[in-house]
Amino acid sequence: MADQAPLICKDICKTFDKLDVLKGISLETQKGDVVSLIGSSGSGKSTFLRCINLLETPTSGEIIVQGDPIRFAQNRKGERIPANNHQVELIRAKLSMVFQGFNLWSHMTVLENIIEAPIHVLKVPKKEAIERAESYLHKVGIYERKDYYPAQMSGGQQQRAAIARALAMEPDVMLFDEPTSALDPELVGEVLRVMQSLAEEGRTMIVVTHEMAFAKDVSTKVLFLHQGVIEEQGSPTKVFDNPESERMQQFLAPKFG
Amino acid sequence: MLDLKGYGPELLSGAIVTMELAFLSLAVSLILGLVGASAKLSDNRPLRAIATTYTTCIRGVPDIVMMMLFYYGGQLAVNSLSDVLWEAYEIDFFFQFDPFISGVVTIGLIFGAYMTETFRGAFLAVDTGQIEAARAYGFSRWHTFRRIIFPQMLRHALPGIGNNWQVLLKTTALVSIIGLTDMVRVAEEAAKAERMPFHFFIPVAFVYLSLTAVSELFIKWLDIRANVGVVQRS
Repeated sequence: MADQAPLICKDICKTFDKLDVLKGISLETQKGDVVSLIGSSGSGKSTFLRCINLLETPTSGEIIVQGDPIRFAQNRKGERIPANNHQVELIRAKLSMVFQGFNLWSHMTVLENIIEAPIHVLKVPKKEAIERAESYLHKVGIYERKDYYPAQMSGGQQQRAAIARALAMEPDVMLFDEPTSALDPELVGEVLRVMQSLAEEGRTMIVVTHEMAFAKDVSTKVLFLHQGVIEEQGSPTKVFDNPESERMQQFLAPKFG
Repeated sequence: MLDLKGYGPELLSGAIVTMELAFLSLAVSLILGLVGASAKLSDNRPLRAIATTYTTCIRGVPDIVMMMLFYYGGQLAVNSLSDVLWEAYEIDFFFQFDPFISGVVTIGLIFGAYMTETFRGAFLAVDTGQIEAARAYGFSRWHTFRRIIFPQMLRHALPGIGNNWQVLLKTTALVSIIGLTDMVRVAEEAAKAERMPFHFFIPVAFVYLSLTAVSELFIKWLDIRANVGVVQRS
């Protein structure tokens, strides 16, 4: 099925202790969609992203990856847990994540970081994994740093290495959790340019971001979250130029003057 | 030239016993330490309680008392068990505790408690973001431990392991008390017989000193390897 939706989320809710962080978020992506999740801090956008690959277990709701629904069970305390850890591992391998803090493995070189998961999780032969890694390192423009350790590189280079690590999984959907928020302002551009080129290649991406220019110019769809619900969604032109909700209008209002 | 009055070969075999004892106890303590640290950090409350009781008891009782308790007390316990078995089922067995095995078990148990604390601290020092990244890329728990957590916790644990190892090596001298013919025991006998304590104990001291010095070099080498990828701040 070529046109199968790579990712469908239905009515995702997440409660921490007694705090309702997500109150029913649904999202359906088509292949090649670039979805930007925007909203103020605490609106639940990162939590939603983390629910997608089960770093957090949604309290209720359905997640379907390439037509394969994630199965849930209950533990002895009555909490919802994934029914099958192996299924979760397989699904995570299809959804690679780029983190705000890069989270590269500090005891491995850039190249080792990139080939680790393809070799051990996807069982790609080592030689092929290295070729793949090198081509993605060229793409993100840090091929000459392949034998460096993460601590020897700038934040922008580390984040580009992390993007190469995500690409090497050849994922169905890439998840970006505020990929530029931890970077110095002058390093943000190099990361955004890489992400833009990925969007142009037709990769399916879900991006939690505070970069409004990126959300407006690059994404195909924008979701504005507020207090755990989708307050506004649609094409970037609709959301940014003709926002319907008062919240979105306030969010976009100029901060100075 | 150092004249060991014919005790040379015995001292040498005693030194070998000391080293065997030290290495085997180290292996036991490392395994117990990893198990203990995993138990202390697990979500399972009974497991945590057992591990905490273990480290609290062991670290609070002198090594020599532990050794006596285990060697003599263990013997008594086994014998009274055999009495019970004899009366109930007419099963007869006699079990003599071997001082070498007792030494390995006791020293392993004692240092397992210290290693538990060392590994626990080292585990907590590993960046949680990196563990999360491993999970997010579909690693199994075991693979995450083997490839991400263990190599990084080793870096944090090595100074502690090195410390524990040196104390462990010296603690092996205590087994001479429960009758194991290690280097110290031979030296003691020789010193008494020849009435020359300095003559025998100074070489023994030097053997310990050279063992610890060599291990210190080895640990330094391991430390450099484990710290690969870390920017040194000096």
